[in-house]
Amino acid sequence: MSDQLKALNSNQLDALKEIGNIGAGNAATALAQLLNRKVNMKVPEVNILSFNDIIEVLGGPENVVVGIYLRVSGGITGNILFLLPKENAVKMLDILLGKQRDSTDDFNPIERSALLEVGNILTGAYLAALSSLTNMTFIPSVPALAVDMVGAILSVPLSQYGYMGDTALLIDTEFEEGEYQVRGHFFLIPDLDIFDKLFSAIGGVQ
Amino acid sequence: MDVVRVGMADLRVVESPLILSTLGLGSCVGIILYDPIKKIAGLAHIMLPDSNNVSNNINKAKFADTAIIELINEMEKKGAKKERLVSKIAGGAQMFEFKGKTDLMRIGERNVEAVKKNLKKFNINLIAEDTGGNYGRTIEFDSNTGKLYIKTIGQGTKEI
Repeated sequence: MSDQLKALNSNQLDALKEIGNIGAGNAATALAQLLNRKVNMKVPEVNILSFNDIIEVLGGPENVVVGIYLRVSGGITGNILFLLPKENAVKMLDILLGKQRDSTDDFNPIERSALLEVGNILTGAYLAALSSLTNMTFIPSVPALAVDMVGAILSVPLSQYGYMGDTALLIDTEFEEGEYQVRGHFFLIPDLDIFDKLFSAIGGVQ
Repeated sequence: MDVVRVGMADLRVVESPLILSTLGLGSCVGIILYDPIKKIAGLAHIMLPDSNNVSNNINKAKFADTAIIELINEMEKKGAKKERLVSKIAGGAQMFEFKGKTDLMRIGERNVEAVKKNLKKFNINLIAEDTGGNYGRTIEFDSNTGKLYIKTIGQGTKEI
């Protein structure tokens, strides 16, 4: 494990959890409005895990998922990844576009842009909450979409952690819409070198 | 046939008839080194191009430069000859399309470049590759036949 991640104390981990709570709370509200349905959110978890364990937790390297990925710049730099099983993304599209589709088909351009827009809206809501908490400005990139193996998708945000060690820190919030069982993970994966800045911005957590 | 699984930032060396496999390569690159006479094969699943700016690198399998050296060493211990080694590589995709390619987004491409540069450095012949693109790959190398099988989502399996 990298020393920097090992050195985080319980106050700091709680602070990261609170960031997840506030950000994801706002994002869950945005998702509920978008789907016009009740969306439940689990208590965010701060996971510091080895690369291979992260991938196992998400169903193993070959598990096919939809990943919507953004880079965040500004006050704090990092990665945002919204990950959902393919069949859940299909159900979400059924709700959004009001039609049934075959879950084995590839996504067409309209469906892809609908999913990207969901990523945009959730990220915007998450970062807006984070921004009022920290008094910092965050600038999300344009989102990008991949439908592929979870190992392949995670290789992008995890590779940066590789320079420091074999573990990564993810602030993970799980969402669930009950009726259609749309479930997904929203990850904030802060860059490794921003923890000090992050902690001082949320009131000098030590 | 028994399959030996290699995780992310990991490497393994086997002898025939074992199969080496690594799953879900994205921007990472799977490097196979193979001694066709002794039928000794090594597979490294590297994440990053080079370890130059990394102090006390514990995991040699993570970087293209150190992983290739480690593979050669481990294979020589089992009786492989460095002069006979050939290589096949796969992976190095750009999983997400972004405008304005930053270094972070080009990580797959940079990994492939670094692997090739280091193979050349050790005079190891790159005999086959399946790199780039925007999709993930699962690979399986048969240490008996020297064939590399590449599986993708939606594009089936191919052999190089």
